[in-house]
Amino acid sequence: MAATTKKSKAKLDDSRDPIVIVDGVDIIYRVFTSGKLANRRNIGSKKMESKLKIREVHAVKNVSFTVYRGETIGIIGTNGSGKSSLLRAIAGLTQVQNGAIFAAARPVLLGVGAVLLPNLSGEKNIILGGLAMGFSKQAMHDNTDSITEFAGLEDFIDLPMRTYSSGMSARLRFAIATSRNHDILIIDEALSVGDQQFRKRSEARMREMREKAGTVFLVSHSLDSILDTCSRVLWLEKGVLMMDGDPKTVCAAYNDYTGPKPAAK
Amino acid sequence: MTLAEYAEKHGLKRVGARSPFVEYIKDSWNRRVFAVTLASYNNEAADARNRLGRWWVVLLPTIQAATYGLIFGVILGAHARPANFIAFLFSGVFLFNFMNGCFQGGSNSVTGNSGLVKSLSFPRVLLPISAVIREVLNFWPPLILMVLAMLFTQEWPKWSWLLVPVVLLLMAMFSLGLGMIAARLNSQFRDLGKIIPFMTRIIFYVSGVFFALDKVLGSQPVMFAIFKFNPFYDFIQLSRSLMMNEFVATRELWLQCIGWAVVMPIIGFFYFWKAEEQYGRDD
Repeated sequence: MAATTKKSKAKLDDSRDPIVIVDGVDIIYRVFTSGKLANRRNIGSKKMESKLKIREVHAVKNVSFTVYRGETIGIIGTNGSGKSSLLRAIAGLTQVQNGAIFAAARPVLLGVGAVLLPNLSGEKNIILGGLAMGFSKQAMHDNTDSITEFAGLEDFIDLPMRTYSSGMSARLRFAIATSRNHDILIIDEALSVGDQQFRKRSEARMREMREKAGTVFLVSHSLDSILDTCSRVLWLEKGVLMMDGDPKTVCAAYNDYTGPKPAAK
Repeated sequence: MTLAEYAEKHGLKRVGARSPFVEYIKDSWNRRVFAVTLASYNNEAADARNRLGRWWVVLLPTIQAATYGLIFGVILGAHARPANFIAFLFSGVFLFNFMNGCFQGGSNSVTGNSGLVKSLSFPRVLLPISAVIREVLNFWPPLILMVLAMLFTQEWPKWSWLLVPVVLLLMAMFSLGLGMIAARLNSQFRDLGKIIPFMTRIIFYVSGVFFALDKVLGSQPVMFAIFKFNPFYDFIQLSRSLMMNEFVATRELWLQCIGWAVVMPIIGFFYFWKAEEQYGRDD
């Protein structure tokens, strides 16, 4: 697929099987601010906290694209470019202001911050997560061991989740979420905290899911891992979809944009 | 062809759209095990960090009743007291706490489980329901204490005691309705969380928990009628009248309680479902 620029109309291909359609989506957050933006003149002065205002943050601006069955989509962009907002909207966890998102199945989001229930043990989190995803209790009791094993947490599964390191809890969440085959799985930097060994295991599982005709969205700052696993890449910048297309082309353009790489890497 | 038409042609559905009312009820029913399991796990976790652990479930209501007994029984005068004050106070405090717990638990259920709401999609109404189930599971120690208080003050068991669980069920249904409404309000206007404690305080003082309404307001028929409309009072009074010889369970009282227990959960469920798409948002 050739790289297309943001202005081109999405081509509607009836011979292929669309899984996710994002149609002209805007995401706007309204956030309470403490008055003025900090700058050199007013910093530390009383003026800064004088007024409580609502500020609108336009996180995603008129983004449209169509994803077909069996694709693995990588999403890149600098920090704060709207990647997570877009993914949360695809998962149905954030409301969109304009436009709409359509999907063939309920997308499942795996994010970095989400701890399920911090005071419960890993094992109980596995069971509750499964029940919330619609498994029966019997099925979850049967699956618990294999999920624990995949996450590599056999020694810690009886400890409360608040005691886990961020890598450990990311592994557990990935293992819970992928214990079931999802048609659409969204992974938002969740794997970046895992170690090398787990990264290999999780990439293998993502490929497995893709072969079972699942669709995976992956946000990562590691372009290598994007090039390894994705069949198509979207580049978001300041909420605007800059590019959509072949991984090599888009990553190269992104590299040019962010400036030359440090020589060490 | 627009993208929306294209999506429809291929059978794609809008993401995050609230499911239709009937489907939502079915969905929630299918995941009922989740609500029950969440309730019992939360219970286990709640006391895990205290030395005395689960004993607090028994200790807390005992200490509470003793405190109120000291304040209202010893310090305040006797003019507003019914004949069997100990049984009256124990049943009042425990039953009020039960409804209050359901209500507060429900109102915090969405905001307090944001990790769950943000990472998994399931019918959110299961959260206030789970909070009420949790209160029901925790109610056995106060219930036993209440029975002991009855026996201690020579209110002997009679057949009508068997109806108490029915009233408890009605109370749970009523407070679930309140909890669902509060859950939505609380997630949309966080400021409400500051006011809820005062509201429950006021309800506590006007619901005849520690004084007999007719002894205080007997001379003011209008005020008495208004106070009697209060569902918290109705439920507590109905339970007392089933256990204590002093009070009579009138037909009017039964009808009022059943009415509250049927209407509130329906209104609450509908009201909660209306905002389903908005729970768990960051702003």
